[in-house]
Amino acid sequence: MPKTLAEKVYDAHVVRSTAGEPDLLYIDLHLVHEVTSPQAFDGLRAAGRTVRRPDLTMATEDHNVPTLDILSPIADPVSRAQVDALRRNAVEFGIRLAPMGDRDQGIVHVIGPQLGLTQPGMTIVCGDSHTSTHGAFGALAFGIGTSEVEHVLATQTLPQYRPKQMSVTVEGELAPGVSAKDVILAVIAQIGTNGAAGHVIEYRGSAIEALSMEARMTICNMSIEAGAKAGLIAPDQTTFDFLQGRPHAPEGADWEAAVEHWRTLRTDDGAVFDREVTLDASTLTPFVTWGTNPGQGLPIDGVVPDPAQFADESERRAAEQALAYMGLTPGTPLREIKVDTVFLGSCTNGRIEDLRTAATFLQGKRIDPDTRMLVVPGSVGVKLQAEAEGLDKVFTEAGAEWRGAGCSMCLGMNPDQLQPGERSASTSNRNFQGRQGKGGRTHLVSPSVAAATALTGRLTAPADLIGA
Amino acid sequence: MDAFTTHTGTAAPLRRSAVDTDQIIPAEYLKRITRTGFEDGLFVAWRTNEPDFVLNKPEYADASILVAGPDFGTGSSREHANWALLDGGFRVVISSRFADIFRNNSTKSGLLTVVLPQADVEALWTAIEADPATPVTVDLQAKQVTYGDVSVPFDVDDYTRWRLLEGLDDVGLTERHLDDVAAYEAARPSWLPAALPAR
Ligand code: SF4
Repeated sequence: MPKTLAEKVYDAHVVRSTAGEPDLLYIDLHLVHEVTSPQAFDGLRAAGRTVRRPDLTMATEDHNVPTLDILSPIADPVSRAQVDALRRNAVEFGIRLAPMGDRDQGIVHVIGPQLGLTQPGMTIVCGDSHTSTHGAFGALAFGIGTSEVEHVLATQTLPQYRPKQMSVTVEGELAPGVSAKDVILAVIAQIGTNGAAGHVIEYRGSAIEALSMEARMTICNMSIEAGAKAGLIAPDQTTFDFLQGRPHAPEGADWEAAVEHWRTLRTDDGAVFDREVTLDASTLTPFVTWGTNPGQGLPIDGVVPDPAQFADESERRAAEQALAYMGLTPGTPLREIKVDTVFLGSCTNGRIEDLRTAATFLQGKRIDPDTRMLVVPGSVGVKLQAEAEGLDKVFTEAGAEWRGAGCSMCLGMNPDQLQPGERSASTSNRNFQGRQGKGGRTHLVSPSVAAATALTGRLTAPADLIGA
Repeated sequence: MDAFTTHTGTAAPLRRSAVDTDQIIPAEYLKRITRTGFEDGLFVAWRTNEPDFVLNKPEYADASILVAGPDFGTGSSREHANWALLDGGFRVVISSRFADIFRNNSTKSGLLTVVLPQADVEALWTAIEADPATPVTVDLQAKQVTYGDVSVPFDVDDYTRWRLLEGLDDVGLTERHLDDVAAYEAARPSWLPAALPAR
């Protein structure tokens, strides 16, 4: 029977399948960070269990890490205790850890691909919803809770039910200044924040095939914002070229064997999706969010919507609550919204290509004097690469702040937070109330829109700068 | 995990849709390394900033069943959201649709999530707003929510139901099949990556 890509990967990892019970799925790679793991390790200790496969487990510090003064101990005692707990657990259970100051440290979803640990056809989990990022390589990668982290540590498996299959097909060519971030924001606006619940999304079509690995990761990253279990893209030459030569990529005859297998990881003709969505890439424009969930987004040419326009009562109420929180008036052109802070970073858009893109707009210019711009590379590897290319200079000469690697203002578990009422344009993935700091107001944007916005101090499309 | 068979308590109406886990418990509370004691973070922004937020009302202070709008628990995978609800005295959340990870976490932490059609949620909202003291019974054995003279059936798969009724821990169940896991491991391709050692 013809199968989808996700079904092939799923089936290849079923350890045990019995009617009336969930399947037991083998996990090829378990990524761990400091926030969702301490209670799981405590659970192992309490039950006298060990980590079954420390060699398939990798930990890093990302959520709590300060982005200034990164070689000093963390000032916040609660954050420090959490990071210290991970360090103790890594030693006790024999797990590799990339701590602050290590050249492999960074956001967990940035370092997996960077090290070549993320490969096609694998199952990858992490106690973090944006694990879907790794699906860009054709892996089945999904976020889990702390009880499941404990389960994977103990058994290297997870009980799972077969997910439903959904395709999002994007055909055509993206206009200049329109990027992967705009594609995924448009998808979420179309299907809603839980529109893909219970499904794995496969992104396909010519517009997806034309994307770089970084851009594919941006798209898969935000699958969870549409409620999907995972998002993935069939591996191709772009994938293989990205992987070859990375520290954990196969070599020699192993590489040949792996690529031969990877080439089979495609949805068969005639495979059935439970749901299909299509988008025409050529009609897309830069997208920004106006509300407090990632589905509340519009093309930047639009205006703040009037809640009265929503037919559905719960959507209307959600829009009213969002506008009250965001301090926005219906009818205001999105381009007139003034921004205090621009955040360039996160596991959505903190990779080298994102920084390069933003830098092209800032080269030789100064950002708006009333606007603060924070540039936070997704990993130490990205930071070093950017510095080797001189991008750090471009940012600092434009008046932006160049920081150390981590999650930073994506969720403000470190000191990088918005003040109450402050407004940001952010390349991260969530505009939830208080996500970037208590009372902070977030507009999700692409790296190009972030850079253009930093220059003008208002939400700005890259095309607006031409002739400006 | 505590077993769940049946629960009777009062219910609080949360008339909001797409309640994300950042609202259930914000990131600053996630720095703790314990598994309990998260009640102070539960819906803290709404409890602080909105005097008429439903859980600030004395008539709902003792509610142990939360009746929420659609798409409850979206966003972050933090199981702390489940723990905070449990610590805050809730045993059950009812909604017409849950985010997958939240729902899955709840089956591990002993919080029961019950999916009812939106019309039944609306009817329940109306009843508990008219009389906040209305006793509501959620019976996992009978797969039924009952209040006043209304009874609504709900669906839950047999395996999850059995686990919850028995209060069984997944790790222990999987450990019965470690021979299968070892057999699978023996057949994995050699080129798959290992995190250790770093080259
Ligand atoms: S960058 Fe943001 S979304 Fe990504 S892992 Fe860190 S906190 Fe989560």
